[in-house]
Amino acid sequence: MAWTKKLLRVDLSAGVCTEEALNMEWANDYLGQRGLATRYLVDEVDPKCDPLGPDNKLIMTTGPLTGTNASTAGRYSVVCKSPLTNAVACSNSGGFFGAELKMAGWDMIIFEGKAASPVYLHIVDGRAQLHPADDLWGKSVWEADKMLHAKVQDAQTRMALVGRSAEEGCLYAAVVNDLHRAAGRSGVGTVMASKNLKAVAVRGTQGIGNIHDPKRFMETVKAGKKVLAENPVTGQGLPTYGTQVLMNVINEVGALPTRNMSEVQFEGASKVSGEAMHEPRKTDGKPNLTTNGACYACTIACGRISTIDRTHFSVKDKPEYWINSGGLEYEAAWALGPDTGVDDIDALTYCNFLCNEDGMDPISFGSTVAAAMELYEKGVITDSHTGGMELRFGSAEALCWAAEKVAKGEGFGKDLGLGAERLCEKFGHPELSMTVKGQEFPAYDPRGIQGMGLAYATSNRGACHLRGYTVASEILGIPEKTDPLESEGKAGLVKAFQDATAAVDSAGLCVFTTFAWTLDDIAPQVDAACEGDWSPDRMLEVGERIWNMERDFNMKAGIDGSMDTLPKRLLSEGGNSGPAKDRVNELDKMLPEYYELRGWNSSGEITSETRQKFNLPA
Amino acid sequence: MNITLKLYATLSDLLPSGSADNAATINVDEAISLNQIIDQFHVPRELAHLVLINGVFVCETDRDQSGVLKDGDVLAIWPPVAGG
Repeated sequence: MAWTKKLLRVDLSAGVCTEEALNMEWANDYLGQRGLATRYLVDEVDPKCDPLGPDNKLIMTTGPLTGTNASTAGRYSVVCKSPLTNAVACSNSGGFFGAELKMAGWDMIIFEGKAASPVYLHIVDGRAQLHPADDLWGKSVWEADKMLHAKVQDAQTRMALVGRSAEEGCLYAAVVNDLHRAAGRSGVGTVMASKNLKAVAVRGTQGIGNIHDPKRFMETVKAGKKVLAENPVTGQGLPTYGTQVLMNVINEVGALPTRNMSEVQFEGASKVSGEAMHEPRKTDGKPNLTTNGACYACTIACGRISTIDRTHFSVKDKPEYWINSGGLEYEAAWALGPDTGVDDIDALTYCNFLCNEDGMDPISFGSTVAAAMELYEKGVITDSHTGGMELRFGSAEALCWAAEKVAKGEGFGKDLGLGAERLCEKFGHPELSMTVKGQEFPAYDPRGIQGMGLAYATSNRGACHLRGYTVASEILGIPEKTDPLESEGKAGLVKAFQDATAAVDSAGLCVFTTFAWTLDDIAPQVDAACEGDWSPDRMLEVGERIWNMERDFNMKAGIDGSMDTLPKRLLSEGGNSGPAKDRVNELDKMLPEYYELRGWNSSGEITSETRQKFNLPA
Repeated sequence: MNITLKLYATLSDLLPSGSADNAATINVDEAISLNQIIDQFHVPRELAHLVLINGVFVCETDRDQSGVLKDGDVLAIWPPVAGG
């Protein structure tokens, strides 16, 4: 079991909540969370629908292990059609909300239609009810969370909310839970706000009592935790330095995209690195990093809790930000820092706080600001557009100003909320948009890490590192080292990472466990918790089925093989320094082999044989 | 000859005192191997996971070779790390 076998369907148009049995036939083929929720999306949502219209659906979904005591088993995902990419969206978050939803007795919630006025959903175990949220509308995530906790009078209620950026139509708005964890990518928060749904508040007191073989489950969980504790990455590296330890690594290998990906190394990288977060400040002697933090059931604890220097220009008159809150993770630090040319760690931390407070994806936000800065440097965007703000590369003031504007949807913040692709198109320079399928790149330049170029180009949710993280192999040597500058052999590597990740994302576990675990560690935990025979091979098959199903949805939405590409800059302009100097990404050498390995034709279409093999929905 | 030695993450404390930005300029013999430098700075070999010369990875089996460094090179070393 492990699944509760119940889902909650919320018809926002009618204001009705209905309990429904989970489709266990689909659970058998797609496991849970990312896979299972996408199966529902494929069944119920027209791929060509307006993502911000009432026909799109928003699914909050857990995996079968979510809420158990398996390490990192606190994950949930938000699935819908993306307004940023028009492709399938699936954004994964940690914190405590997912586990609470499961303990309330629900595997997933499907929101459909649109409420006539703002509402929030309140769940206490089996009871679910919609309530007016007019007073919460127009408030930040942090303020609305506080108000809602006062309303429900229960500090243990967990909440997922959207901020003002989502309400104002920012196309990369996130759903934020537990104040600083987020289902961040692809604009899932924008879809939630489009339905006039401000928040979901959940209290679950039922625990997890439906494990298939409890004794064996406890044994496999214990074994898994031992592997994580004894691994130097998950046992020491991530708790101490967090993901931010990568800043100097990726800079050194010449794959740190800088100033809107026009360069591949950043001279200020060390100032915004994981090591820098440990350095005492001159003003108060305290480091940026206060402590690390863990999500539900996590024994890794990579999360960062940080403060901003109280004398910094961004907060010196704003005591509300003199707090300990979610600090910089690598992807956010890169987008806010090197990609905009800003090396001021306090400015980056302030912008990160604002992204949490008002629910913006910091990757897309930072990358969009970077594109705007390049347009400003070229004289295309001018002071008349920005109201006098000089939007130059390296300007911490401009970066902080931009975050404040997007957070509230004010002035030029509306343009920045469009995302890089639409912004660059609006100003007549689409070639400056560093995006795939409309989604902004994360923190690895594919000229210096060849496999990531293919991973970005073929990601089902647009440019993304979390769909196939070949950086693990190409740079970090996990599970084994491959040459990052070599494109040969990367098609198979990308496919293997994509399929395994889809399986992990469907189990309720964090993908960071895979720095130590393989499916040989994960499958026994799933197998002990769930009915059926869950071997590593079966999980890999499920992962591949999910990948093909997502691809199929995108193809039906009109996103075909012609969009499996990269911006011209990365295919024709060589890196300017370091090991990737004069190198471009060799996507053309990798893509045909990748299609072949996937069982797709030369145009990237899923063949009938592959459809049949995975029994894909019609 | 002079090279730049960079030690990161939990290895940072093994740099000579007074080093800044995780880096120190060190004078070494041209025939020195990477493992000799690793030992000289008391970096446990099992923690010398990611070893780069000018950003290019050097695998474990090549770290005993002499003469792989030239004047002005940057040798950077990390323990096992990951992120994303």
